[in-house]
Amino acid sequence: MSLEHFLNHTVNSWMNEEGPYSDIVLSSRIRLARNLNNIQFPTVATNEEGQQIIGLMMEHFAEKEVEKVGKLEFLNISELKSLEKWVLVEKHLISPQLAEESNYGACLLSPNEEVSIMINEEDHIRIQCLFPGLQLNEALELAQQFDDWMEEKLDFAFDEKLGFLTSCPTNVGTGMRASVMMHLPALVITQQINRMLPAINQLGLVVRGTYGEGSEAQGNIFQISNQITLGKSEEDIVDDLLSVVHQLITQERTAREALLKTSHIQLEDRVFRSYGILANSRIIESKEAAICLSDVRLGIDLGLIKNVSRTILNELMILTQPGFLQQYAGGPLRPNERDIRRATFIRERLKLEELKDNGGDVK
Amino acid sequence: MICQECGQRPATMHFTKIINGDKTESHLCDQCSQEKGEMFMFPGNSAFSINDLLSGLLNNNQQMSQSKESAVQNNKVLQCDRCKLTYEQFTKIGRFGCSNCYKTFQPNILPILKRLHAGNTSHTGKIPKRIGGGLHIRKEIEELKTQLQSFIATEEFEKAAEVRDRIRNLEKVLNEQGDR
Repeated sequence: MSLEHFLNHTVNSWMNEEGPYSDIVLSSRIRLARNLNNIQFPTVATNEEGQQIIGLMMEHFAEKEVEKVGKLEFLNISELKSLEKWVLVEKHLISPQLAEESNYGACLLSPNEEVSIMINEEDHIRIQCLFPGLQLNEALELAQQFDDWMEEKLDFAFDEKLGFLTSCPTNVGTGMRASVMMHLPALVITQQINRMLPAINQLGLVVRGTYGEGSEAQGNIFQISNQITLGKSEEDIVDDLLSVVHQLITQERTAREALLKTSHIQLEDRVFRSYGILANSRIIESKEAAICLSDVRLGIDLGLIKNVSRTILNELMILTQPGFLQQYAGGPLRPNERDIRRATFIRERLKLEELKDNGGDVK
Repeated sequence: MICQECGQRPATMHFTKIINGDKTESHLCDQCSQEKGEMFMFPGNSAFSINDLLSGLLNNNQQMSQSKESAVQNNKVLQCDRCKLTYEQFTKIGRFGCSNCYKTFQPNILPILKRLHAGNTSHTGKIPKRIGGGLHIRKEIEELKTQLQSFIATEEFEKAAEVRDRIRNLEKVLNEQGDR
């Protein structure tokens, strides 16, 4: 296994497999922030301390075989090219912060990309588990397993009263951020989302765009996560989040049914126009692509479009991002060149689906 | 000066980057700098971060608490003796320098933690197995003591005796750990 594996193996398992409630929930993620005692946090650490953490992590965890997960690959971020880092960010394996700002950043990745452990980001260690569909409890269980495994070798900064001590006071306690990525087009079309978001915030949960904090909700995709990390157990945090997610699923499904009943032809028109744009355009910007992909995905979920599988759209959402397009092109592309490549790429993928559907040669 | 990227248009943007003491300069035209800028910028990066918000909250808190404190205390600089981060620096960056900062700044940060975590200031989640060993046992003893009380109240003395023995065993383990 090598870096190429993570770059070429383009679609993560969380995008490729269908998980529970996958018509609405794209993925579930658990992140645990951990720090080592007696070593300064990455934000103020000296060169020596940064290297010390890297050394410890390599010694204990790199290339170690983990039950049910496989061998962990160690990647030193500073040794990667800018484009390679970008692809890892677009696959949600590392954060933009680790890719851009960290001097001693590294990560450990599991072969199927379900587990990624960031080293020297804002905290010394951030364990992330990413599952397809709604599988928060499963992600939590795996993250806890990795936490226990690492705790056998490392002295974590832990306080009896305040719990796990983190660089930022917003993470102290459990150090856990649980988040679910949801596709909510019908709630957006019917404008119900605007009423629901403030209510979700009042429950101690946050709603964000695709890349987390500060990013836009592109293509009707929302990320919902816990805000509070202190005073609640990991299980309670997950339960609270799940109950809100289940409510959103119900509301989104109701809105989809209502749309089908009241505006069937308008909905069909919208879905097939978007399909038409994706299947025929020669230049397409990422924002327009995201909107059209969202419409087509809704069309598939509602059974309006039958010859395209849902996973190909999951794949396209990832693969049409700037880093991936440039990775494929083998070098930097200007924005207008990317828009042309993006359009070509989408057209080709959709054609492949049509061929498959007609029993044609898909080589 | 000609743009070093396209080699055609005049350079209008001049950047100086210093990374680990190495200084690099680049001279670009408007168009190339825009494209380069976009090329190397990650999504969501330019956004106003939680730390910016937090910094505002912390500064606000500091001003409020300062007005109540005496002038003598104000002159004393609160600084972590391990990582040397001062409280003032912490309010600017919104992040701690090491685990010891939590102890150093405890009186100042409790009201902030309360505000950030819906009034909570005590961890009730996971306790790490190895380093939190004693804490696990102490929590279990506390729970068993409550059980013991309720068995005594309902006059289930046989069960109460069992629980009492378990408490004794755990206390023994705890003492042995303490001796080490």
